[in-house]
Amino acid sequence: MNDLPFLDITLFLPLAGALLMVLIPKRLEAVLRLAALLVTTATFVVSLGVLVTFDTGTPGFQQGTELSWIPEWGIGYITGVDGVSLWVIMLTTFLMPLCILTSWTIKTQVKPYFILLLTLETGMLGVFSSLDLFLFYVFWEAVLVPMYFLIGMWGHGQRVYAAMKFFLFTLAGSLFMLLSILYLYFASQGSAAAPTFDYRSLVGTPLSLEVQILLFLGFFASFAVKVPLVPLHTWLPDAHTEAPTAGSVMLAAVLLKMGAYGLIRFGIPLFPDAARLLAPVIITLAIIGIIYGALIAIVQHDVKRLVAYSSVAHLGFVVLGLFVGTIQGMSGGILQMLNHGLSTGALFLLVGSLYDRRHTREIAEFGGLARSVPVLAGIFLIVVLSSLGLPGLNGFVGEFLVLLATYQSYGWWVIPATFGIVLAAIYLLWAYQRIFHGTISVEANRHLEDFHMREYVMFAPLVALIIAIGVYPKPFLERIEPSAKKVVRQLNNASVVPETSGLAEAP
Amino acid sequence: MPEFTQPQVQLSGVAPEIILVATALILLIVDTLIGERRNRWFLAAMATAGLVAAGGFAASTWGDNELQLSGAIALDGFASFVKISLAVFGLLTVWVGRDYLVRDGLEDSEFYALVLLAVSGMMLMAAAADLIVMFLALETFSIALYVLVAFKSGSLTSQESAMKYFLLGAFSSAFFLLGIALTYGAVGATALYGGSDPATEPGIALFLSTSPAANTGLLVLATGFLIIGLGFKIAAVPFHMWTPDAYQGAPSPVTGFMAAGTKFAAFAAILRLFDVTLFSLRAEWRPLAIAAAVATMIIGSVLAVVQDDIKRLLAYSSIAHAGFILTAVIAANDRGVSGALFYLSTYGLAVLGAFAVVSVVSGQDEARVRLTGYKGLFYDHPALAVALTLFLLSLAGVPVTAGFFGKLVVFGAAVQASYSWVVAIGVITSAIAAFFYLKIMVRMYLEESEGEPAPLPVGRLATSVIAITAVATIGFGVVPGPLLRAAEDATIFFQPAPETEQAPLGG
Repeated sequence: MNDLPFLDITLFLPLAGALLMVLIPKRLEAVLRLAALLVTTATFVVSLGVLVTFDTGTPGFQQGTELSWIPEWGIGYITGVDGVSLWVIMLTTFLMPLCILTSWTIKTQVKPYFILLLTLETGMLGVFSSLDLFLFYVFWEAVLVPMYFLIGMWGHGQRVYAAMKFFLFTLAGSLFMLLSILYLYFASQGSAAAPTFDYRSLVGTPLSLEVQILLFLGFFASFAVKVPLVPLHTWLPDAHTEAPTAGSVMLAAVLLKMGAYGLIRFGIPLFPDAARLLAPVIITLAIIGIIYGALIAIVQHDVKRLVAYSSVAHLGFVVLGLFVGTIQGMSGGILQMLNHGLSTGALFLLVGSLYDRRHTREIAEFGGLARSVPVLAGIFLIVVLSSLGLPGLNGFVGEFLVLLATYQSYGWWVIPATFGIVLAAIYLLWAYQRIFHGTISVEANRHLEDFHMREYVMFAPLVALIIAIGVYPKPFLERIEPSAKKVVRQLNNASVVPETSGLAEAP
Repeated sequence: MPEFTQPQVQLSGVAPEIILVATALILLIVDTLIGERRNRWFLAAMATAGLVAAGGFAASTWGDNELQLSGAIALDGFASFVKISLAVFGLLTVWVGRDYLVRDGLEDSEFYALVLLAVSGMMLMAAAADLIVMFLALETFSIALYVLVAFKSGSLTSQESAMKYFLLGAFSSAFFLLGIALTYGAVGATALYGGSDPATEPGIALFLSTSPAANTGLLVLATGFLIIGLGFKIAAVPFHMWTPDAYQGAPSPVTGFMAAGTKFAAFAAILRLFDVTLFSLRAEWRPLAIAAAVATMIIGSVLAVVQDDIKRLLAYSSIAHAGFILTAVIAANDRGVSGALFYLSTYGLAVLGAFAVVSVVSGQDEARVRLTGYKGLFYDHPALAVALTLFLLSLAGVPVTAGFFGKLVVFGAAVQASYSWVVAIGVITSAIAAFFYLKIMVRMYLEESEGEPAPLPVGRLATSVIAITAVATIGFGVVPGPLLRAAEDATIFFQPAPETEQAPLGG
């Protein structure tokens, strides 16, 4: 099949766009905005090519390219996509134009802002499509720099502190991953074969259990910071809250997925014995995260911080699903990555819209907004319901699969996890009530402008997807499942895995 | 009548040094003959020509592999690699130095002559195959540097640092000399390699391979003294005390040259001495080197955090970098030697670039060297700020810069030699180091400048140096292959080659 290399074009189109934008004079702000929108939209269109040519039945990698990069060290440029990465790649390319649209309100330093956003997109897509550990690490770190500047230069309040904390937490974690990667590299040196960074050859490298555990922890340090798992989550509320809206959306929707994705792609397949051994510990941390994130979210008075803590809880569900060791859990976890990206991304966009109107994020400053901005309130409600897992919307499918799987494998552990959903209903609905219902207490809220054209354009596709996944998840799940099954086999050491989740077969 | 055989005097091994010394002398004479002129561009031009010729000659001997001048000089790829790099460093120093000197009204032929002499001494250091020659080389470049540090005539701090540097430097040279004396006592020669017969052509490596292990006691003691002498030059803890003072007081172009050149020359000697000549004694010197590496990494990065003068900060960072490179020395394998060469050349470029920016930003008489002087630099002088950011990211080892790949190769070498725990410390200290590089970036991007932006005249030469080093820093980060291959080719020593140790990996 001689398709265009859609994946590689998707990967480098934003970077190429960013380099071209360097040439546009910085006073032409409107041109810069349009150029960024054009590039990201084109990237999304090209990435549709990845989706269309994706072969549903294949569990392995497809599309992608393999080139030699630094042969002296066995480093290659190897890309590929499978069921695990497909939806996060699509999520990234889908959300990016929306982020550009929401950034229309950025007025200072417009040129570097959009250049950094586009660079960030290439970095994130690279993380999800690299099959060479060196390449993966390069992209992984390359994401840090633009995000650091986005938070630091265009953020709010404590932006310097938040940016610094974000950078140092993530860097410290990833340096341990680098050490593990190096160790693995030399361990892969066979009697005949030269050492390699090629992920596909590294899977199955024989390692003693002690070494596996140490290397797994090296990777885990990096991924657990990104996910984030309690107690490594403290950078998240600061970074999410202080970042500009587009930065928060990217952080929540995509950067956090990098951690979960890393666990599925590298943590489990490379060190299956360690992953199996440590699974109960990780599951415990995930459940603590679910409860803790939700409890802290309840008491927040800053709506953005509330959404940030809800991410901690939601990502707990994702990690829970990945490590319970069944196909439902794995598929549910992967689908939940997509769902969380959509619903939390949308929540941050909505909070951004509120902020643009009132320049505050204090819940107490709002109240009764449903009267002045009915459309915004309606969209907000749909997103909130999706985020708390209402049946018929996307959040339900993923969480249901994860809880089902947890019950099957871990029995009563499902009780605290389910409690997390109840808590989610409390903090989300209570916040919704305080913002949109009741009487208008602050005069400034009385005459607010409702959605304008740009916002309709932004939220229509989001809401459509939220409903589509909720009503008919099959096309999404059937692309995830073959690859998910493969990872579950690796985790369970090829023991018997139920064939499907059952849901993909549903009419 | 006995046949008269003309002694073979081959000078190709020291031709670059001879060219430089000759250029330096001609430069001084020409300056005297021509007398006072307003624009003395020809001085810098002559120095440039000399450095290009020297570097070119070193490049032309690439591939030669022999001992010259009765085994005192090594003409091999290793020496050529170091010499070419040093010629480039010298060139960049001359260019930045010219703009700096003209601005501060200090231009003198002595500056160029001293830089050329220092470069020639550093080159000889890499080619020395005899401890006496090594000592001569060490003194040649050290004395030239003592004067260069004091070159800001009329500046008390400059004089003070030169004095400190000189006193401590002389002290360390004495240790080095004592080490040579003890070596002579043990081996009966000061040649590193020796010929085929211990009786006629004695040498250290030959001694080690032919004598029983019991006879090496004195040599081990000598090794300790040699470590002190060279440890001073690379600024390894606990011989680092002079570094912050000397770096702070010296004119910025000279500081950059010291950081790049001195380190390279001294490490070249260390690599040839320890990783090749004394390779079989590694069980004895390794513990010392490990202790020094660990202490250097920790002290360098921790103390850098509290500096508020950019030159002192970069001085401590250079100490930390000495520690990182020492991990490659400890590895004592092929990857270690080539990794160190790669690291030193790319570190040199980044640090020269950084100090080029510092010389420009610090302004007349270096009045603006505190970190607060960098506030809002991005908004006033975006190009300078972006360039400095690039160098700092390379020093911090963030991917897509050359510094990242350098770190990868030196750490990789140590992992291969089963010193993962040393690398773990290196990784932690790298994260600490990232903090203070970020601190500078915070000033430049995230803080507003105080008062009116001062105009910064950037000379054409300084601009080209910053551009060249910036392009090289990115270039060798994206395509490290060619430089790495050259470094690997350079590690083929003609005498006892370090056998590659198989890391006991993989359980």
